Amino acid sequence: MYTQAMDIPDESGKKLAVVPGAASEQEAAFEARIAADGRIEPQDWMPEAYRKTLVRQISQHAHSEIVGMLPEGNWISRAPSLKRKAILIAKVQDEGGHGLYLYSAAETLGTGRDEMLAGLHSGKAKYSSIFNYPTLNWADVGVIGWLVDGAAIMNQIPLCRCSYGPYARAMIRVCKEESFHQRQGYEALLVMMKGTDEQRAMVQDAVNRYWWKCLAMFGPPDADSPHSAQGMRWGIKRISNDELRQKFIDATVPQAKVLGVTLPDPDLKWNEERGHYDYGQIDWAEFWNTVEGNGPCNKERLATRVKAHNDGQWVRDAALAYARKQKERQVKEAA
Amino acid sequence: MSTPIDYLLHLADNAVVLGQRNAEWCGHGPILEEDLALANVSLDLIGQARLLYQRAAELKGGDATEDKLAYFRDAHEFRNYTLLELPHHGPLVGYAAADRDYATTIVRNFLYSTLMVLVWDKLLQSKDASLAAIAAKSLKETSYHLHHSRDWLVRLGDGTEESHARAQAAVNHLMPYTEEFWTTSPAEGAAVAAGVGIDVWALRPEWDAMVNEALEEATLTRPNFHGYVTEGKVGLHSEHLSYLLGEMQGLARAHPNATW
Repeated sequence: MYTQAMDIPDESGKKLAVVPGAASEQEAAFEARIAADGRIEPQDWMPEAYRKTLVRQISQHAHSEIVGMLPEGNWISRAPSLKRKAILIAKVQDEGGHGLYLYSAAETLGTGRDEMLAGLHSGKAKYSSIFNYPTLNWADVGVIGWLVDGAAIMNQIPLCRCSYGPYARAMIRVCKEESFHQRQGYEALLVMMKGTDEQRAMVQDAVNRYWWKCLAMFGPPDADSPHSAQGMRWGIKRISNDELRQKFIDATVPQAKVLGVTLPDPDLKWNEERGHYDYGQIDWAEFWNTVEGNGPCNKERLATRVKAHNDGQWVRDAALAYARKQKERQVKEAA
Repeated sequence: MSTPIDYLLHLADNAVVLGQRNAEWCGHGPILEEDLALANVSLDLIGQARLLYQRAAELKGGDATEDKLAYFRDAHEFRNYTLLELPHHGPLVGYAAADRDYATTIVRNFLYSTLMVLVWDKLLQSKDASLAAIAAKSLKETSYHLHHSRDWLVRLGDGTEESHARAQAAVNHLMPYTEEFWTTSPAEGAAVAAGVGIDVWALRPEWDAMVNEALEEATLTRPNFHGYVTEGKVGLHSEHLSYLLGEMQGLARAHPNATW
């Protein structure tokens, strides 16, 4: 799962400045590689702003994966069948695995996991705002798979061609798993829609609560998207927020019809001339308010991550102390 | 040859209850790698429970299904070891709240998976071919669970002063519950008589040796046991199981006619 468009500014991004015209030989080689659609690898020279942008983007993405474990984890203990419980555990575990690859990809840029986690825990680093909404009924699990992971895939497929090699390669695996999650989520909803009236009501309720939040996941409209242009030029971002949002809506409307749910937007209708669906106004004030930390679950999500980290300190300390002792014993034995 | 249903339920309930407990760490682990590891252990246990419930449902016949057995039986019908239903913290009453303690989790997983590698290994010879097949799959998984929990037991025991104290407290708390492994329930007796189950008592020397060796490596001491032997496997549980099942079964029971 992931994340809204990666151009949500946070503390680390504020000082970003691209120095134009400071062309060295190294920079020329970098620019040429980008222009030829080649990959930049960890050992290659890269502009500091490119490195910082990537660390910000990849760590936001990794944080989104691990914070994203919480809303779905909320239903593991109550999953209504053993099969669904197993699917959900496996899914949440996949999200944790994505977090792990992404932290590793970011580490290749010289920033350690501890430093990235410190950014998350202090509130400086952002994560996808979609996870700041509560999961209130079992169908939320299916809807997160179908719509949230569906939106994530739209955002992430272009990242498989990202100019930074380790990130692009991590995204190939992530996308395969996400697409599996999306199909599983949709299948769970299909079963519920064929079930009782109460089950159908759960699905519709979940769709009503998540639809608009998913559209906002693609990030602010292109006109208000501060980092997009540079990201496009560097091959970090390939398709604009608005284009991706439109693509998601066009793909999702027919799926909603098959499912038998209504999407909560009276303005949603096919526009023959554009060849796309028109849609209503996204509540950007609510979106930014949530990004800024004032959504319904921001405080709980972050405090839960901080508590897990703090409560686990003694376990990590024990592992380090034991490893140190083992090393000392080996040295003694060798002596 | 088929296995007494109560014996399958004993094995299945063990797996589902511990699977449910281990999954509680999902999103709250001490480090991301351990979140993944415990989710994996939980997933294996839920998978084992499903196969065992499916086999029990098949033998039971009628409208029995894996989910009917897992979700629509009450606490007193569950046949799991009491050890497995305890919350991840020291001895407190059923409605007490406390933080999860990783040492409790690790020690429990170690004590149980040490038993189960021996049990599954013997069940490879079960005259019930279905149970033998489940044992083959479960043995591989449980060997990994043992590897994982034993490594951490040693790290915690021989780590810092704090981790040593926590690991020792967890051993002191949980070890008495393992006495239940060595009593013979009617279901276990019937399974042995039918040639499909195993005499757990015969595994005790090997279990003791494996546990003692690991505790020694972890610089931990094994407490002497005296007192009440728990009886979860005959349906007499602690105060904790009905809370666990209340949470696990609530949604399924609120919609008894739904399929998911």
